[in-house]
Amino acid sequence: MARLFIRRDDLGLRTAMGEALLPMLVGAMSFLAGLAVAGALASGTLARHWQGDTARAVTIQVPANEANAVPAVLAATRATPGMSDVRVLPVAAVDELLKPWLGDDVAALGLPIPIVIAADGPGGDGSALTASLTRVTPGVLVQTGALWAARVAALTASLRACAAAMLVIVAMVAAAMVTLATRAGIAQRHFEIEIIHGLGALDGDIARRFAARAAWLALLGGAGGSLAAGPVLMWLSGLAAPFAGVAPQSAWPGLSPALWFVLPTLPLLAGGIGWATAQVTVRRWLGRLT
Amino acid sequence: MVIFEDVWLRYREPGRTMGPASDVLRAISFEIPDGGFCWLTGPSGAGKTSLLKLIYLAEPPSRGQIEVLGVDAAGLKRRQAAMLRRRIGVVYQDFRLLAHLSVFDNVALPMRLARRAEAHVRADVMEILQWVGLGAKLEAMPAMLSGGEQQRVAIARAVVNRPKLLLADEPTGNLDDEQAERLMRLITALNQLGTTTVVGTHNMNLVARYPAPRLDMAEGRLRLHG
Ligand SMILES: Nc1ncnc2c1ncn2[C@@H]1O[C@H](COP(=O)(O)OP(=O)(O)OP(=O)(O)O)[C@@H](O)[C@H]1O
Ligand SMILES: [Mg+2]
Repeated sequence: MARLFIRRDDLGLRTAMGEALLPMLVGAMSFLAGLAVAGALASGTLARHWQGDTARAVTIQVPANEANAVPAVLAATRATPGMSDVRVLPVAAVDELLKPWLGDDVAALGLPIPIVIAADGPGGDGSALTASLTRVTPGVLVQTGALWAARVAALTASLRACAAAMLVIVAMVAAAMVTLATRAGIAQRHFEIEIIHGLGALDGDIARRFAARAAWLALLGGAGGSLAAGPVLMWLSGLAAPFAGVAPQSAWPGLSPALWFVLPTLPLLAGGIGWATAQVTVRRWLGRLT
Repeated sequence: MVIFEDVWLRYREPGRTMGPASDVLRAISFEIPDGGFCWLTGPSGAGKTSLLKLIYLAEPPSRGQIEVLGVDAAGLKRRQAAMLRRRIGVVYQDFRLLAHLSVFDNVALPMRLARRAEAHVRADVMEILQWVGLGAKLEAMPAMLSGGEQQRVAIARAVVNRPKLLLADEPTGNLDDEQAERLMRLITALNQLGTTTVVGTHNMNLVARYPAPRLDMAEGRLRLHG
């Protein structure tokens, strides 16, 4: 297969650049790159989830001692533009929500449990609704999902920025490693390079030989790294599934399908970095030969 | 054609901080006509190899003008320099074979760099290796060869691409008289086919047997031209 890249190894690069170290290190970098991309994609899924239904959900609490205002609150809410699906949550549903805090028999505690009204709102912070409902009855409390959605959006944006930064760093480290490996190869073969330069090889001829070797090694490493990233990502996504609002038992819970296109491109990117870096390194070195 | 006009050479010494580097070649001027043959003689250290290096563009002169095969050597683009090198065959004093390549692949190298079709490469390499008497050692590695055999591989590599200019630095240094004679017949045959030829040597017997114009050097200067 390597013959595809170096048809004839006349600089002996299979031995001069033959160490397993470069593929291993590039593999580690692609593994990290795979995790970073998966993280960015998953945070996108999470953000979509939160920005959809959750952002528009509105809950209105009417204190127990103002229970007789509920019909008026319902009417005022329904009259507010953009509100739909306005409904009183049944007592049982509210008890269910409180169970984790108050125990199984909420009613037996005799607490003044507020009446909860749920609705789909137009988004936004609900301040208009709060103002109009407070006029109906003063103790009413309005909450919207917008605040949470905004927080999640901020979190997602920073996760993405981190992933992008990580990709850049990982690519730079990979390039640095290819540079070192190429320099080591040049150091081992400088005599041969000088000879074929003297025989009329173009800089491009020489650079291509190194670049092909570096690209091949980086490609191998990249393939290893993304293959290793696959199972790890499936496992992580299983852990993350509940937060993404996806049933954990679904096939690849929470893993973005885009990932299955991204992972196979990582070896190609690694190969590209290997090629370009070796080209630059070799051509720069060749500058010293007249 | 090779023309030198008041050429000086002082090796670049990047590490040097103290004292002046001395001139290895001084005020060299000569002209070798197209298709000419020329000996390059002089005691060890006279500057023969250095002068050849200037011709095959391995060093730039520190002063003066050099024209090789009708091309002004100064200010050549890297690509043009490479193309010019392909028309020059060089037999290095220290052979410079690639240790990890077989005899065949060493000799094939200039043709492959010039992107000649592999069928031509096979035929030409076989022919030239037969000629230097190494037809049976195609697959041998250089380290397995005697000094004289390595020298003949170097010669085969220098001439396989039918260069317009052949530069041979002490090409008979490791050969016995019979091999040296054979080599000189090969070189003169190529010369008669139109290859401009410069042969550097210590071997004055050889020079005597093949009378030709001579560049004789001493301490970096041309002692005699003609
Ligand atoms: N790369 C170099 N850097 C500095 N000085 C050099 C270099 N190569 C050769 N010299 C010096 O240049 C002078 C001429 O060397 P050169 O190799 O040209 O001699 P030569 O005539 O070929 O000798 P020989 O017959 O022994 O091969 C010598 O004094 C040598 O020390
Ligand atoms: Mg010499």
